[in-house]
Amino acid sequence: MKMREVAVIGAGSTKFGELWGQSFRALGLEAGMKAMASANLAGDEIDAIYIGNMSSRLTKQQHIDALVADYTGMAGKHIASTSIEAGGASGGVAFRQGVMAVASGMHDVVIVGGAEKMTDLDDDSVNEVMNATTDADWEAGMGLSLTSLYAMIARRMVHEGLATREEIAACAYNSHFHGQFNKDAQFRKEIKLDTVLRAGPTAEPLTMFDGAPISDGASAVILCPLEDAKKYTDNYVKVAATAQASDTLALFQRKSITEFEATKVAAQQAYAAAGITAKDINVAEVHDDYTVAGCMALQDLGLYKNGGKAFLEGCTKFDAGKIAVNTSGGLKAKGYPIGAAGVSQIVELYQQLTNNAGDRQVKDAKYGLAQSVGGTGSAVTVSILEAM
Amino acid sequence: MAMVSAREWREIPGRYNLIGSKCENCGKIFFPSRSFCPDCRRAGMGKMVPFNMSRKGEVYSFSINHDASGFNNRMMPYAVAMIKNDDGVLIAGQLVDVEFDKIQIGMRVKAVMRKLNEDGEAGVIHYGFKFVPDE
Repeated sequence: MKMREVAVIGAGSTKFGELWGQSFRALGLEAGMKAMASANLAGDEIDAIYIGNMSSRLTKQQHIDALVADYTGMAGKHIASTSIEAGGASGGVAFRQGVMAVASGMHDVVIVGGAEKMTDLDDDSVNEVMNATTDADWEAGMGLSLTSLYAMIARRMVHEGLATREEIAACAYNSHFHGQFNKDAQFRKEIKLDTVLRAGPTAEPLTMFDGAPISDGASAVILCPLEDAKKYTDNYVKVAATAQASDTLALFQRKSITEFEATKVAAQQAYAAAGITAKDINVAEVHDDYTVAGCMALQDLGLYKNGGKAFLEGCTKFDAGKIAVNTSGGLKAKGYPIGAAGVSQIVELYQQLTNNAGDRQVKDAKYGLAQSVGGTGSAVTVSILEAM
Repeated sequence: MAMVSAREWREIPGRYNLIGSKCENCGKIFFPSRSFCPDCRRAGMGKMVPFNMSRKGEVYSFSINHDASGFNNRMMPYAVAMIKNDDGVLIAGQLVDVEFDKIQIGMRVKAVMRKLNEDGEAGVIHYGFKFVPDE
């Protein structure tokens, strides 16, 4: 079947952070309105909604597809609205579903959103949400937290000589460095490497600064057929590829825990579909829910041979002239409202590739890559956007 | 959120006695047990049999958990590990009866049965395997 080419014609995010005064519905609406305004849409053009969300089971509001349609004023038009849960990859999978809907011809103008209201949950419940993306019977149920699984990956990386503790920590340094330039980021302060190493332990060897924070926030992007993009805006980018791969639910079922095969597979598919290689990528947003995950991502995506070393040596900074990584501040500094994470990566790439990224603009960026991960690499999406 | 006791009870063979499964088509061993070989798929249908996992093995990786709220609060911090058992299969569990600074990758351990957790004062008490040093 011949697929249509797809464009991102608008994008918007709320501020990420502890937004006590804003409800889930208010956040979703704000991101949607910003995205529609940036695409010059009135709203009537939209014919489907896809939304990524993770914690609705515990906030006791499921069926957020209907909620979002209702509060964005789309319920009156009765357009299709679908919510997606794929752990930390919820936003990335929602984006891919939206692209598929437009590419296939089933829908013409689609809004893809991601939203999460983590601070409506107490600390125990937030941990429960995170740990529920592991194997609930044989990992979380045995006392292993998601953080401790990534800690075991980190320890194994160091043991196998694949990274040093400092290189792993440097991922957080890179994210915080970029966070200072993003006015929507939760943390806008540069940190020292020592801050990561000396912070209180969460699951040794990882500390508080190795993990992304608990955040509220929402992001949204608008998609349409590439050939129609000019009707709406001059600021559009092409979706060159969007791929998705799965792996075992439990980390201990893998042959290796120091790489995520799902990332490798999705990346290969995405590069092939876009007709490029990793060397062509100018800017990447990777899933650094934990520092060690960010380091692995760069390696598994083929962007850098040693991810931690690239962070430590500053190769990943927006102005280093190499492959810039997590220019938004990443999940670590921008914030990690789980379901919004994958969509917020697309928002950042859209801004970079339309030359609207302000103080953190990557010069002459042509190709942007986003990687979104669920659990410990159990679901991964890799999407590539191309400047037009 | 408390578990219904049936969810606990049906996993007892794995949790108490480390019963996994073996595919008689390809010979691979799995833990926890599966009714379907993910490698042989249809060719292995009906050929998975219960398998007594070796209770001994060595530490493959480990972490000291300081923040797993809702779980094991009275024991915090506690050690967790991935164990490569003597069948060559990775198993995740807690590591107890050992000083944290003595734990190393490669250390020999064995599985013992312990209390894992409880669903509040009146809820189900969860038992299962944990690992201890095997000297």
